[in-house]
Amino acid sequence: MSDTQAHMAAFVRTETLPQLDPPVTERGIVKWMRENLFSSIPNGILTLAAFAVIYSILSSALPWILNGVWTTSSLSECREVLEGATGACFSVLTERWNQLMFGFVYPSDQYWRPTLAFVLLFVAAAPVMFFDLPRKLLIFTALFPFIAYYLIWGGTILVPILALVGVVAGVMVYRQLVAGSFAMGFFGGVVAAVVVWAIGGLLIPDGANDTAALQAVPSRDLGGFMLNMMLGVVCVSLSIPLGIALALGRQSSMPLIKWICVIFIEFIRGVPLITLLFVASVMLAYLFPPGTTTDLFLRVVIMITMFSSAYIAEVIRGGLAALPKGQYEAADSLGLDYAQAMRLIILPQALKISIPGIVNIAVGLFKDTTLVSVISMFDVVGMIRGPLSAATEWNGIYWELYGFAALLFFVVCYGISQYSQWLERRLATDHR
Amino acid sequence: MKNTVFFGALAVAGLSAGAAAAGTLDDVKARGTLNCGVTTGLVGFAAPDANGVWEGFDVGICRAVAAAVLGDADAVEFIPTTGKTRFTALASGEIDMLARNTTWTFSRDVDLKFEFVGINYYDGQGFLAPKALGVTSAKDLDGATVCVQTGTTTELNLADFFRANNISYEPVPIETNAEGQQQYLAGACDTYTTDASGLAATRATFENPGDHILLPEIISKEPLGPLVRHGDNDWGDTVRWTLNALITAEELGVTSANIEELAAAPTNNPEINRLLGTAGELGAMLGLEPNWAMMAIKAGGNYGELFEKNIGENTPIGLARGLNAMWTEGGLIYSPPFR
Repeated sequence: MSDTQAHMAAFVRTETLPQLDPPVTERGIVKWMRENLFSSIPNGILTLAAFAVIYSILSSALPWILNGVWTTSSLSECREVLEGATGACFSVLTERWNQLMFGFVYPSDQYWRPTLAFVLLFVAAAPVMFFDLPRKLLIFTALFPFIAYYLIWGGTILVPILALVGVVAGVMVYRQLVAGSFAMGFFGGVVAAVVVWAIGGLLIPDGANDTAALQAVPSRDLGGFMLNMMLGVVCVSLSIPLGIALALGRQSSMPLIKWICVIFIEFIRGVPLITLLFVASVMLAYLFPPGTTTDLFLRVVIMITMFSSAYIAEVIRGGLAALPKGQYEAADSLGLDYAQAMRLIILPQALKISIPGIVNIAVGLFKDTTLVSVISMFDVVGMIRGPLSAATEWNGIYWELYGFAALLFFVVCYGISQYSQWLERRLATDHR
Repeated sequence: MKNTVFFGALAVAGLSAGAAAAGTLDDVKARGTLNCGVTTGLVGFAAPDANGVWEGFDVGICRAVAAAVLGDADAVEFIPTTGKTRFTALASGEIDMLARNTTWTFSRDVDLKFEFVGINYYDGQGFLAPKALGVTSAKDLDGATVCVQTGTTTELNLADFFRANNISYEPVPIETNAEGQQQYLAGACDTYTTDASGLAATRATFENPGDHILLPEIISKEPLGPLVRHGDNDWGDTVRWTLNALITAEELGVTSANIEELAAAPTNNPEINRLLGTAGELGAMLGLEPNWAMMAIKAGGNYGELFEKNIGENTPIGLARGLNAMWTEGGLIYSPPFR
């Protein structure tokens, strides 16, 4: 048969055809667009509509941004420079940059101090966040709160040193007593620290702040984005351990501890944060005798920490509940006591499950720090709402300032969320 | 007692209530600074400038009191307060006086136990309208759409005014002044109503302020003034007469420019002499230096100078004196005599 065919064929190609490009509709950008943008008529219409929306946004926003004025000293000058053309007046950001960052009362020759503390924050946070780094770096992390306090508030160096000594004394007493029981060690440590602080507080001479190397800055003078960062960092790092303790306490079999934790969590979760802040700023002033009020910053930190720790406790309780009962039983059968079982078996798994929830709370908490502007603290939003929109030169400017604040918060919150995704991938030990 | 984060809590725990009996005047003198409550920022009345120095009409009152009591106009700790925190701050003793464009009302004076020491600005509710609308009086606004902040006395005053004049309007409810500004410029309403000083400040921020006019009608009373706590009359007198000294100085033609000259030796006008301490013992009666009023006036000028510098017609806010002119010029600003 093949012979016949060969005979009948008029032409037999002896070499292969040269390769042609695929049809234009099946390659490159056209194929991508056909598949992704115009795969059907309704999809095509939607694509065009989306392009129209994007164009209308960009066509009004881009000239406004690109045409922006950066160097004038008032809004009216901006308008003169622009001569009626569309354009943003970013000069307010350059002229009031320091006020947006540090508030308007922080002494301007001392700006390097919070800046240095901010840089050191990354050094201190690195070993906690990335556990591939050498563990020795944790020593610096432990010292960082005292260094940062000294840098930001200034005053006599004796205060942070005394605080550090108190903490060290507390830890040493805890180590001595913890062998007996955890409660003994914990309360012994707290008592030791308080005793050291009380005695040391009497030893610091009264005028020590006036002769200090770093000028003392009262809490009232803190402001700007610095205040948001400080509140965010302090409250998140305090509320995570507190939240863990509350979550464990809520599951405790000891009725007193259990009910204290339940009532605390349910009460705090049932009250809006703004109410707690008003209590911190307004009500507490009535309770203390005049002239002896606690620092407003400290009051706000306590309130925000209480608030977010209640939420974090619930997130972690979810993580604890998600663990199979077998894990608890396995820990018991190994003969581990409660602290060991929690530390070695339960919490590592529960916390890993809880990461997205905790990060969610942390991001929310960081943004909630802007609420302090309502109790006349000048965080970045407070600066914009108050002094900046009331300045005669800049009255009537909104988009540039609020857009800038949004950008600041976006950068930080997006960073936190990217870190948490990295952390989840890094900790993914199960097989998928 | 250290005023630090770490020891604040301990301090509170360890300290009993006592030692608060001394008067505010003595407290201020002992402290060396005046704690003055101001707004967190209101154009022309109180706002920190690019260097963080507080400026404004209300701020001027604080500085005058500090100068009168302590001899130093810069010895003031400005405590910014919001509309919600201002009264607690004063009642709890966190601030010695409040100069925060606060309206003097019956309930604040009587029920909240404060003492308004005088009136430094007569405000009232007004209307802002585009010139293109072609109205010259609020009574021409029949059938107009009006932007008005909800839940305020402005809303009630507006309803009263239109009913009394038997004309109709359509309210456009807004939440904040910034929103009102935007809505008005976007043409969502024919006219915008709020306090007249606020309207003037708002208009000053427009690209073309000349295209808008403030209608002449003022439809409510908003007397603004500094206030102190009830029960400390010596301190109340100090603040009251410092304000009166500024007003009297304008009436008598004493300005920051000629005050040195007038205070150098007794003049022919006995009231100027009593005011500036070159005759009589008015300062001693208050427990202050004889030149207390001179220091207060020198701090930022007399009442008229403060007004012109911060909110007057040559500033972007451009408020006319109006009701706030001297009583001799047809206004309401009037001080009891220094005698």
